[in-house]
Amino acid sequence: MHLNRTAALVLRQLYLLRGSPARILPLFGWVAIDIVLWGFITRYLSTITRSGFNLVAALLGAVLLWDFFTRVMQGVTTAFFEDVWSRNFLNIFATPLSIWEYVAGLVFSSIATSSIGLIAMLLLATTVFGLSFFMYGLVLVPFLFVLFAFGIALGIVASAMVLRLGPAAEWLVWPIPALISPFAGVFYPLSTLPRWMQVVSHVLPPAYVFEGMRAIVSGGAASPIALLWGAGLAVLYILLACWFFARIFQHALRTGLIARYSAESLS
Amino acid sequence: MEHASPAPKVLSVTGLSKQYRDTLAVDSISFDVARNEIVGLLGPNGAGKTTTINMILGVLEPSSGSIRIQDLDLATHRSQALERTNFAAVYAPLPGNLTVYQNLRFFGLIYGVGHLAERIEALIKEFDLEKFRDLRSGVLSSGEQTRLGLAKALLNSPELLLLDEPTASLDPAIARDIRTKIREFAAQGTAGVLWTSHNMYEVEQVCHRVLFLSHGKILLQGDPKTLPGEHGKATLEELFITVAREPLALARD
Repeated sequence: MHLNRTAALVLRQLYLLRGSPARILPLFGWVAIDIVLWGFITRYLSTITRSGFNLVAALLGAVLLWDFFTRVMQGVTTAFFEDVWSRNFLNIFATPLSIWEYVAGLVFSSIATSSIGLIAMLLLATTVFGLSFFMYGLVLVPFLFVLFAFGIALGIVASAMVLRLGPAAEWLVWPIPALISPFAGVFYPLSTLPRWMQVVSHVLPPAYVFEGMRAIVSGGAASPIALLWGAGLAVLYILLACWFFARIFQHALRTGLIARYSAESLS
Repeated sequence: MEHASPAPKVLSVTGLSKQYRDTLAVDSISFDVARNEIVGLLGPNGAGKTTTINMILGVLEPSSGSIRIQDLDLATHRSQALERTNFAAVYAPLPGNLTVYQNLRFFGLIYGVGHLAERIEALIKEFDLEKFRDLRSGVLSSGEQTRLGLAKALLNSPELLLLDEPTASLDPAIARDIRTKIREFAAQGTAGVLWTSHNMYEVEQVCHRVLFLSHGKILLQGDPKTLPGEHGKATLEELFITVAREPLALARD
C-alpha cells in the first residue's frame, strides 16, 4: 500500500473543494439547516410537553448523530462520483493505483469532508440550542465510531452499486439513509416498531447507538455489550463492503465496464 | 565478427484473446515492442486495437494469454508493471474540473514520480502549456487537452508508452511537433511506444514497424515503408483499405 497514491485522491478532493462553492456548501449547509429546523422543533416541543425529559439531547442529539452518519456515507460516494462525473475511470484505473489504495482514498476523503460537517453541527447545536455533548460522556466516542464505520461501509457498497449499474444508479444512492432511518430507531425506541422491523434493526449498527443514547438521556447508561455488538457489526460490514467492491471491480475489468463506462454502460 | 544483440523487449504479448459472450474481439495475438521502437497498431474500426490497448493498460481482463511489461507479468504484478507504463488516448481526456497543474500533480503522485514539481514544470514548458497552467483543463481546446494528455503520459518517463490516436485532434503543425517529440522520446530513452492511428502518412513517418489487425487477428506486420510493396500496393493507405475491405484476400497471400 502506497500512502502517496491514497494521499493523491484526498488532495484531488481538496483541489475540487477549493475551487467550487457548490461542493463546499453541502458539507455544512444542509446539516446546519437540519440542526436549525430540529433545534426549533425541539424548543417548541419542550414548551408544550413539560415532561422533564431532555428533548434537546434526545431529538437534536439524534439528528446530529444521524446527519454525521449520512455525511460520512456521502463523503465516500461523492469522492467516488467525482470519477464518474469526470469520466475518469480509464485514466485512474490504468495507473499503478491498487483497488485498496483507491478505496482508502475514498475513506480518507470522507473523513476530511465529514469532519467539517460534524464541527459545523456541534458549533450550532451547542451555541444556539444548548445541546451539551458532555452529558453523553466518553461513550460519545464509540457512538461516533459505530456511525462512522457503518457510514463508510454503506458508502463503499453504494459506490460499488454505481460502478456496476452505471451513473444513473446515483439516484438509488442518495435515499439510502432515509430508507434505513425507520429501522435504526433514530427518534424512537426499537420497542415501538413491529416485530419484523425490530429484527432488521438488530442487524443495523446505528440502532445500538440510538438505543444507547436514549438510555443516557433517560438517566441510565448505554449498554457496553450492545455497543460492542454495534461496533463489531459495523467493522464486519466494512469488510463485507470491501469484498463486494472488489467483486464488482473484477466484474468491471472482465466485462470491459471500466474502459467504456458511461451513461449507457448498464449491463 | 560481433552481432548486435536485439534490443530488450519492453512489451511481450503472447496468445492474447478477449471473448465477449459470442464475440471474439481479440483472437490469440502475439507481438513484442522493443526498447527504442515505435510500433504502429493499425486496423479498421472494430478490429480490436483499443481492446488490445485496454488489456495492456490493465483495465480489461484478457480471456487468455499473457502480457509482460519489462518482464513483469501484468496479471500478477499489476502495480509494478503499470508504474512503468503510461498512455494518452483521444477518448480519455483528463478530468476537466482540475487545472492543468492539479491534473499533473494528481497523476504524478499516483505514478510516484520523483522530483514531481520540477518534472511538472518541465512538461508544462515542453508542451507549451504555461499560459494554461492554472486553467481548468475542461475549458481547453481539444488540441490543448491532447497536449496535456501527452504531458501526463510522459510524467513517469514510462518504459512503455501507449498512444491511441494521439494527434487526432491536432492541427498539422502541432501534430508534427508531437510526432517529433515522441520520436525523440523513443530514441533517447529506454522506452518503446505502441501507437494507433488512422493517419497512414503519420504512421509511415513515425513507426519502425506496423501490425495490421483485422477481426481481432494480426493479419500483416512489417516495415511501413516496404510492407505495401510486398503486398502489391502503392501506399500504406491502399494497404489499409484492403485490410478493411478484403482481409481474406491478404490472408491468402
